[in-house]
Amino acid sequence: MATETKAPAKPAPEKKVNRIGLEAKAYGGAPSTLCSGCGHDSITRSIIQAFYEQGVAPHAVAKFSGIGCSSKTPAYFLGTAHGFNAVHGRMPAVATGANLANRSLKCIGVSGDGDTASIGLSHFCHLVRRNTELIYIIENNGVYGLTKGQFSATADKGSTHHYGETNQMAPIDCCGLALELGCGFVARSFSADHKQLRALLAAAIHHKGMALIDVISPCVTFNNHPDSTKSYNFSKTHDIPLHEIDFIAHFDPQPEVDLKEGEVRDVELYDGSTIRLRKLDGDHDPTSRSAAARIIERGRDAKEFITGLIYLDPKGANCAEQNNLVDEPLASLPQSRLRPPKAALDEIMAGLM
Amino acid sequence: MGTTPAAKPHRSSTNPAAKPVVNDFTIHVATVNGSGSQSSNMVLMRSLFQMGLPVSGKNLFPSNIQGLPTWFTIRANKAGYLGRRVEVDLMVCMNPQTARADVQALHAGATCIYDAPLNLKGLRSDVRFLEIPFAKLINEIPDLDNRLKKLLANMCYVGAVAQLAGIETKEIEAALNKQFKKKPKAVALNMKAAELGAAYVREHYGDPAPFRAERMNATAGKIIIEGNAASAIGALMAGCSVLAWYPITPSSSLCETLISLAKKYRTDPQTGKSAFAAIQAEDELASIGMVLGAGWAGARSMTATSGPGISLMAEFAGFGYYAEVPAVIVDVQRTGPSTGLPTRTQQADLLEVAYLSHGDTQHIALIPGTVHECYAHVMAAFDLAERFQTPVFVLSDLDLGMNSWMADPLPYPKGDFDRGKVLDAKAVAELKKAGKRFERYRDADGDGIPYRTVPGNENSEGTYFTRGSGHDEAARYTEDHEAYVRVMDRLARKYETARTHVPAPEPTGDAKAEIGLLLYGSAEACRQEALDKLAAAGIKAAALRVKALPFHPDVAAFVKAKKRVYVLDLNRDAQMLKLLKADLPVELLAKLRSIRHYDGLPVHAQTVCDQIAALEKEGK
Repeated sequence: MATETKAPAKPAPEKKVNRIGLEAKAYGGAPSTLCSGCGHDSITRSIIQAFYEQGVAPHAVAKFSGIGCSSKTPAYFLGTAHGFNAVHGRMPAVATGANLANRSLKCIGVSGDGDTASIGLSHFCHLVRRNTELIYIIENNGVYGLTKGQFSATADKGSTHHYGETNQMAPIDCCGLALELGCGFVARSFSADHKQLRALLAAAIHHKGMALIDVISPCVTFNNHPDSTKSYNFSKTHDIPLHEIDFIAHFDPQPEVDLKEGEVRDVELYDGSTIRLRKLDGDHDPTSRSAAARIIERGRDAKEFITGLIYLDPKGANCAEQNNLVDEPLASLPQSRLRPPKAALDEIMAGLM
Repeated sequence: MGTTPAAKPHRSSTNPAAKPVVNDFTIHVATVNGSGSQSSNMVLMRSLFQMGLPVSGKNLFPSNIQGLPTWFTIRANKAGYLGRRVEVDLMVCMNPQTARADVQALHAGATCIYDAPLNLKGLRSDVRFLEIPFAKLINEIPDLDNRLKKLLANMCYVGAVAQLAGIETKEIEAALNKQFKKKPKAVALNMKAAELGAAYVREHYGDPAPFRAERMNATAGKIIIEGNAASAIGALMAGCSVLAWYPITPSSSLCETLISLAKKYRTDPQTGKSAFAAIQAEDELASIGMVLGAGWAGARSMTATSGPGISLMAEFAGFGYYAEVPAVIVDVQRTGPSTGLPTRTQQADLLEVAYLSHGDTQHIALIPGTVHECYAHVMAAFDLAERFQTPVFVLSDLDLGMNSWMADPLPYPKGDFDRGKVLDAKAVAELKKAGKRFERYRDADGDGIPYRTVPGNENSEGTYFTRGSGHDEAARYTEDHEAYVRVMDRLARKYETARTHVPAPEPTGDAKAEIGLLLYGSAEACRQEALDKLAAAGIKAAALRVKALPFHPDVAAFVKAKKRVYVLDLNRDAQMLKLLKADLPVELLAKLRSIRHYDGLPVHAQTVCDQIAALEKEGK
């Protein structure tokens, strides 16, 4: 809350601060009310760290969410940012409106698998198509937590329920769907892999369109049993990272190092930042949409939990650009730029006489 | 399939030998939807307007692209009565599907022009028929394709009507020039078709008609405009910068007009960049979500929709009310329930909008009754939405929104935007200096309206978390019962404050009259005519037109001063009456009577007069 966690006006010099002079604690929020051990709280910590490291001013951030356990978390990070906890499934609409009103806001939305893949599926799809500049995190645990453990639409076929039932329907793969719909930033991660998630979040902060990070985030209460495919154990043992990811921010260039030919892939973002991908087993090219589609298919066929940056197109026009908006926020335009002069009305009236 | 909306006979037969009625007649054109008759009808209407006659045009159309029956009704009236008139003086039958029913509905003494193959003349002996072989006449123009022939047949009836009613040829030509801007070839071709129709009537039907248009001077300096266009201009002038919408009849033209106006008047000539964003959303749930997001972030944002869209917006409407987010929602009402009659008019969303959403919810709603009010109320809605930090509805309807109305030019707005109680970073800092702090939902002024900040405010004490769940004065999440009640009571207080900020109702007629007629919205079009008809029937009445929810104190005062008040609702369930019963002091309720009109067609003065006269006669 605004009055609870205040950023210090002038941090003491001996304290560790980021490039805008804030300590990491300035990026904290209210205490979590989620279950102890919830994957979502790990994601919250990664978000706090990533925004701190990237030196984003909290007051310039707008946080959005829908309804569900995941959607409570914006209260737990960046307590001095502006927040909007919307209705179930419809956060994309609210975030799009806010982004159009003020395109200088750094927007982050947190959703869940019920919020995104069921009640809000159409909004999610159209958000992707519009390419609103928004970091969109799905805290994906395959179940409805707050209503006590019903399957969600991302639950894998054959996965079992807390109460023993087996899911017979095919899951919705939000990364596959987003890729199909033209999303320019598609990533998957695991809540417990802080290093990878922080690098992906950092890259997402510097992406000018919609950045999807589908984070498998186990529900310790309702979906952490041995037959679950969204449990800690399953995720840890099946996690296949595509690359080792480093993020090099445009404001913090790294000294040149000797890299072996073909050892890394550098992908540049629109603001000059770089995502450095160190090859692991294979060599996935995240700038190839067809390669990305193959990776998603491979994971589906082999029941592998593939994580990392799946696809990136840093250039696609975002929603504000598609609307050819003026550079300054619409919300701060003065009356003189919003109300046409009398001559304009006279002209309109003359056409109706 | 529609049945004819033309008249049941009201008046007895007209004596053909009598002097023609001047500048008081109704022309009804029955065509097939998609046959291109709209521009012909507009030319006919504009010609009368240019001759100085008060005129209105209503399109009674089906939910269809092509093939179903459609009617266009033009009323010219020297007294300025521009509501719908049921009796038709001149029927133009071009549609085989409805021709027989259209003729049967005419009053004795009416005139009927029909396309020759329809062969209607044997149907009635008390109607004057003018058979015209439109296709044959058009064949006289060389080198036309079939599509053009069909279009020009429509212009041919315009010429025939003009000849019969005394509409001046030069005004037809001027109207054509207006219709086909900068296309001299199209004007010449259409003029030729009109002349063929006129010549045929001249040669074959020399007798004068029982009605006649004569030049008068009641339209100088006036405009013809649809309510939706007026609303769009209002939104432009009010500084609306974010529009989110989903296409739905009858509101789409409002959004499309606003988009085209913004393209012209909100594009920076230097950079070519726009100070206006329009999103065609995936549904109305998303439209209202975007509007709330933009309103929360400090832009003036709106959506326009109709009943089905309003239903979908219910959840977010309650969010906007409880979390206190400004938004403007224009509901151009159509005939419900469900899909209902999507191209017909009604005022049946009133109750839905008044309380839209689950839980205790009350909304501010403005109800324009004229095209001027479409303009002014949409502008006022933006001020009220930001002043009261809540969704504000504008309840227009299809008759007002999509039909053509004569009006004075819309005046340039006076005064500045009212952006309401917004604190910037400096104001938040000053609050702290004064030993206070920013609390989003605190009633600092006692009027129920708190202060807000908008995202981007640099003062970390000026940020807050907006939520639809329980919250206290400092916007903190809480399930505390007392805090919940405090917030709900403040919201009720805020709604009370709104009573004197919304547009006051408009009284007309003799204030001393014992009988009251309370109406709202597009019923305004028949108000004066209804009062005059009532007076002619010996019933002295005064009217009050309600313009907003919550009710202004003047509404109760009007009811108090009357013996009986007839509440005119354009819906079956007497929705305004129900709202009044929920709001007025109990001792006034026995004075209220209901009259209604809800067949989907615009209301007309005759039914208002008849219903009141019948109830008065019963003496109840």
